[in-house]
Amino acid sequence: MKKGLKKYSLFSLVRNALSYHQHWQEAWRSPEPKKAYDIVIIGAGGHGLATAYYLAKEHGITNVVVLEKGWLGGGNTGRNTTIIRSNYLWDESAHLYEHSLKLFEGLSQELNFNIMFSQRGVINLSHNLHDLRELSRRVNANRLNGIDSEILTTEQVKALVPIINTSPRSRYPVLGASLQRRGGVARHDAVAWGFARGADARGVDIIQNCEVTGIRRNGAKVEGVETSRGFIKANKVGVVTAGHSSVLAAMAGLRLPIQSYPLQALVSEPIKPVLHTVVMSSTVHVYVSQSDRGELVIGAGMDAFQSYAQRGSFAVIEHQTGALLELFPIFSRLRMMRQWGGIVDVSPDASPIVSKTPIKGLYLNCGWGTGGFKATPGSGWVFAYTIARDQPHRLNEPFNLERFTTGRLIDEHGAAAVAH
Amino acid sequence: MLLIKCPWCGERDAHEFSYGGEAHITRPENPDKLSDEQWADYLFMQKNAMGPFLERWVHAHGCRRWFNVRRDTVTHEITAVYKMGDRPPERTA
Ligand SMILES: Cc1cc2nc3c(=O)[nH]c(=O)nc-3n(C[C@H](O)[C@H](O)[C@H](O)COP(=O)(O)OP(=O)(O)OC[C@H]3O[C@@H](n4cnc5c(N)ncnc54)[C@H](O)[C@@H]3O)c2cc1C
Ligand SMILES: [Zn+2]
Repeated sequence: MKKGLKKYSLFSLVRNALSYHQHWQEAWRSPEPKKAYDIVIIGAGGHGLATAYYLAKEHGITNVVVLEKGWLGGGNTGRNTTIIRSNYLWDESAHLYEHSLKLFEGLSQELNFNIMFSQRGVINLSHNLHDLRELSRRVNANRLNGIDSEILTTEQVKALVPIINTSPRSRYPVLGASLQRRGGVARHDAVAWGFARGADARGVDIIQNCEVTGIRRNGAKVEGVETSRGFIKANKVGVVTAGHSSVLAAMAGLRLPIQSYPLQALVSEPIKPVLHTVVMSSTVHVYVSQSDRGELVIGAGMDAFQSYAQRGSFAVIEHQTGALLELFPIFSRLRMMRQWGGIVDVSPDASPIVSKTPIKGLYLNCGWGTGGFKATPGSGWVFAYTIARDQPHRLNEPFNLERFTTGRLIDEHGAAAVAH
Repeated sequence: MLLIKCPWCGERDAHEFSYGGEAHITRPENPDKLSDEQWADYLFMQKNAMGPFLERWVHAHGCRRWFNVRRDTVTHEITAVYKMGDRPPERTA
């Protein structure tokens, strides 16, 4: 790393303790935007920041700016329930998400930033015969792709999660599950901050509170972006704005196969450790884990209608907690502390779009919908490749925009158990 | 909670309704003459507008009839409800 970035270590902790933690170096600069860059990345979520980081690290391109209308990591990156796994059904998805999981495994070391990646295992429950069959199909597909995945009986689920209700008389009995032991959770903010710090150290400018208001093109070629802080020239522009992708695409005169919906999550008061793995169920629609602070992190559903309001309906939460209590009666007297929503970008086949576009120099990374946090490093890695070389990497080639014309969709609806 | 005014039943909670997405997407007249691009455009491409948006709803747990709505996707304010086949009413300030 360049530019006199101070490494975080036990010694730096001690040194800074001596000066009462008053002199920690800023994690990234806040420079004035330049008039022109080689590459503009729109959106400083995890995916945008990872893209900038890998552009610098893997491709040596550092004349890059990341523009963020709010604060970095304040979009879905900072609003998600942080579940990480790679046990997707189709080869294309399995390879992409597994690449990302592998990057996650070394990320704290690589970034010199503790992203608190905890591979505590992810359990997907099944509640009926159809679930069970789909589940074994997926586990077998995963294994063929070299991804760790195993089937659990009801008793094995109970042994791993003693507080779960496995009564055969419950409305949706637990008949079995799949387990990916390498799956888990990470600290979402830390992922954004770590990539931001790493990119900044390599010379990337990160400009917060700078909204892109227009994409300037000359015929079928990109020339730069209009922003709330003036025009910035660039021959290559990467759009990584999740729920706002259609808005940005419209600035360039494109329509996308994307719909934006609010997705909610909530957090309980802290309790002693009772849940040591991540538990998900698509049938009753629950996904829950316990944070290191003891809070339960609970994912709720999507609102049924399109919205950019960044909040969801209360009825969705009511439905969600009902399902949660069915599985975990022990939680019935817990109080919920916080609740929020993020705007997710849903694609027709529940797979992302990481692609070139009909406009030269304009690149698109969106459609991650309800499940893109787990893909943060992998997405940035393949997107950086795509922008740097003006051609997709083998891993994201299938995730192109043309698939909606050719019909070669990657249908992960349902196949992915729960979409997260 | 979203209150939606069904043209036949009046104001009801949004949960009585199902959502039909973007309105005024008409099925192509000559499907066998369409190019792949035109099919993709018809099937998949969306306005997904931020702000005023024309969309369809059906009163699923009521009269089960479809109708159109103009709703702001940021504030959720509904500024028009009109029947299927009708054109959206002129916007008033
Ligand atoms: C409640 C919830 C739970 C979720 N749970 C999971 C989970 O458990 N596991 C999982 O893998 N995924 C999950 N997801 C999905 C995941 O959060 C996203 O797929 C992922 O974080 C997307 O990252 P991003 O960097 O692409 O988008 P974001 O983090 O949303 O970043 C996009 C950025 O673009 C900025 N932007 C938008 N418009 C402009 C503009 N005009 N100019 C400049 N900047 C702009 C935004 O302010 C934002 O910061 C969840 C999502 C939500 C909402
Ligand atoms: Zn009605």
